[in-house]
Amino acid sequence: MTTNIDRPGTGSGPVLDIDHLKVTFATDSGDVFAVKDVSLEVNPGEVLAIVGESGSGKTVTAKTILGLLPETATSQGAVLINGNNVITVSAAKLRQIRGRDVAMVFQEPSTALNPVYTVGWQIAEGIRAHADTSGHKISAKEAKARAVEALRKVGIPDPETRVNYYPHQFSGGQKQRVVIAAALALNPGLIVADEPTTALDVTVQAEILELLRDLRDKYGTSIVLITHNMGVVADLADRVVVMYQGDVVEEASSRVLFAQPKEDYTKKLLAAVPHLGRNSASEGMTERAHQGGKVLVEAKDLTIEYPGRLGSPAFKAVDGVTFTVSEGEVFGLVGESGSGKTTIGRAIAGLNRTTGGSLKVLGYEMLNFKERTFKPLRKEIGFVFQDPAASFNPQLTIGDCVAEPLIIHSNPSPAEARKRVGELLESVQLPASYADRFPHELSGGQRQRASLARALILNPKLLIADEPTSALDVSVQAVVLELFKEIQQQFGFACLFISHDLAVVDMLSHWVGVLYKGKMVEQGLGNQVMGNPQHDYTKKLIASLPVPDPDEQARRREAFRAVLHS
Amino acid sequence: MNATTVSGRKQPLLYRLPVISHFRTSVGLQRGMLVTGLVLAVLFLLTAALAPIIAPYGFAQLSDASGTFPAQQPPSPAHIWGTTVSGYDVFSRVIWGAQTAFVVIIVAVVMSIFLGVALGLLSGYFGGWLDRTLVVIADAIYAFPSLLLAIVMSIVINHGQSSFWGGILACSISISVVFVPQYFRVIRAETIRLKAEPYVESAKVVGASSVRIMGRHIFKNATRTLPLIFTLNASEAILTLAGLGFLGFGIEPSSAAEWGYDLNKAIADASSGIWWTGVYPGTAIVLTVLGLTLVGESMNDLNDPRLRGRKKAGSKVPAGGPGSTAGAQAALEAEARMP
Repeated sequence: MTTNIDRPGTGSGPVLDIDHLKVTFATDSGDVFAVKDVSLEVNPGEVLAIVGESGSGKTVTAKTILGLLPETATSQGAVLINGNNVITVSAAKLRQIRGRDVAMVFQEPSTALNPVYTVGWQIAEGIRAHADTSGHKISAKEAKARAVEALRKVGIPDPETRVNYYPHQFSGGQKQRVVIAAALALNPGLIVADEPTTALDVTVQAEILELLRDLRDKYGTSIVLITHNMGVVADLADRVVVMYQGDVVEEASSRVLFAQPKEDYTKKLLAAVPHLGRNSASEGMTERAHQGGKVLVEAKDLTIEYPGRLGSPAFKAVDGVTFTVSEGEVFGLVGESGSGKTTIGRAIAGLNRTTGGSLKVLGYEMLNFKERTFKPLRKEIGFVFQDPAASFNPQLTIGDCVAEPLIIHSNPSPAEARKRVGELLESVQLPASYADRFPHELSGGQRQRASLARALILNPKLLIADEPTSALDVSVQAVVLELFKEIQQQFGFACLFISHDLAVVDMLSHWVGVLYKGKMVEQGLGNQVMGNPQHDYTKKLIASLPVPDPDEQARRREAFRAVLHS
Repeated sequence: MNATTVSGRKQPLLYRLPVISHFRTSVGLQRGMLVTGLVLAVLFLLTAALAPIIAPYGFAQLSDASGTFPAQQPPSPAHIWGTTVSGYDVFSRVIWGAQTAFVVIIVAVVMSIFLGVALGLLSGYFGGWLDRTLVVIADAIYAFPSLLLAIVMSIVINHGQSSFWGGILACSISISVVFVPQYFRVIRAETIRLKAEPYVESAKVVGASSVRIMGRHIFKNATRTLPLIFTLNASEAILTLAGLGFLGFGIEPSSAAEWGYDLNKAIADASSGIWWTGVYPGTAIVLTVLGLTLVGESMNDLNDPRLRGRKKAGSKVPAGGPGSTAGAQAALEAEARMP
């Protein structure tokens, strides 16, 4: 079925040739040069990774390849796909190129698919938009047959039935497979994958990366992989282009780049990537620390249910979890999305109600939660939210936000409050003058520090940090994590550190708990859980985490396959 | 770091005021629409404010030193837009009508904003039975044709008699009954959205009281669309007022000049070739509503980054604005320097 589709660009020249690309956006505050001068090429059958932090212009570059830039952008230079310059071709010609010569895989599979059409229809839509080699329109029946074929290629079991399914009937990883199938439907020579695994859990990510590698090996499809995750790059890419501030900083083959980075920026970037097993907080420990102190959080068979819709049973987000957090201890809670880790954190802060078992926070039984009786305890609990951009009221200054807990609980004079805010900002290494700024004037990392300052202003005994660094760039994340570690040692608060990133959790936590579908499957010392996992799920989780080192990653990949098949 | 300090500062208050900030961000057709709307709206405001100076006669004046005004007189130097069947001077009544319309808009919209915002905040934040009851009431009010509701309210409040303020209040209250649900809905929806924002949760976690959360964190963020609804509602208020007047439920001609009432009295004139009694008040309604709507709609478009037009990139050399990469770079480097 696929053999009769024409396959342009099978010659020896590059599939994609970007030459001195410049992209400028018109914004309210003048022009923004998103891409300054980028030249790169992609050869047939090659996986080129474009890496960079947010704002580096990598996504803009990717969108230019498909001519998907918004109206406010102007681009200069050349983007050649099989001899067509995407920047200058007519709209009709561009439509021909899209899908046939180049296709795109988006970041979020759940929004890239239209929920009201079957996946088969959506894959066929692209096929039917293009005539076949002889110039005839493709019939609906044939398009569907090709859609089945495409689904088979990406490893969807039983594609003849599944082709009639709607997107909600697939899991997140399968949806991404469907998106890839749609991209593959016309056998384009080039696939642009914009953060294809960022929205996926790490175990699913490993499978999608496997699939992309297979496609390249079997069908010779070139892939432009846009990502910020150095582990993904090490796993999949042949060649890497590092971008920073709209410019190409370094270009090298994957192995060379990871082994001998030339530019300072690349070195810094690679050094900042958390690496599982290095820099573990529990290094050298053999038994659980801080057990002499008071137990601040004690969960016994904790169950948290979300009420179901009429007729459907309640959803158990947390199912019989038992753990304790003692004074001064950092407890790391790891799990994939939907494992209930955030629910536990929110329950401890009184944002979610518990429905069964027992959860004692500073001696208060959360099962009988009443805001009025819990309020006095709130000053002992700090909370750091995931998204630093959203956790500050945009209308208040940083000083007002940080001082808020102080004002609510101890009603200080403005001068006292100001002094205390200044002290706290300085302890999170922000200048005290930042108190007068508004949240949008700070960078993500600075905001997260301010967020930490707010959580610590009342000297709490317990801090709950819910994915505090997952919205940050990797180099910023490294700095914030380091600061976090220092401050924890200095203030000595107990901490529940919630994250999906094993390496990050290992860097900070003395004791680690692994959650899977609401159950605590394993807990133990950080280095033991990471180094010698006992439970099958933990083994799979750790094996699927890509490390930023191509050779080591190749070995780990083999190990992961072994775990999968065992 | 300098780049962020300088560029990140708030602009002077003047430039952050609703209409002025919109004017500054607009280009091309959108700016044209906004300017046209502003000119018409300012014209309306000036007319309302200066009515005693502009109008040659009072709104209920039927005679002057030279005797009683003739009825249905075509435009002449003494009565530049003619006179009505009752002998009123059309020009004077149109000018005074602007004042009536202005007062009604202010009273009606202010009443509905206060009530609507307060109810919306409470209902959205606390939810539960209070929310459900208020939403049902708002829906019930929506189900009535707004003019019918205004008529009913006008009868209930007014009982037919009307002094100047009595008439104005009756009209304003009947209009606000229609508008309160609108403000209520907008603020309630915003409140429900903001309630789930991390910064509101963060305030909850530190133990802030409900009053504090609503007043400090939700109110200011939920009311940012109000200038927009205000302008759009103002034009609707004028239409409702004119409708009430046209149907005979408005303000008596001896209490205040009112465009709708004048239009009503002009119906019979139209067929007998007396055009001036209907055209001028009608045009006044159209232009005022058009002006206010244009201002409102342009603000709506300019508020939304996706609808807002911009100058083409590269048309002028940027001077390192807030979004420029130079600023971002400086911030990033500052970030990296901090150990």
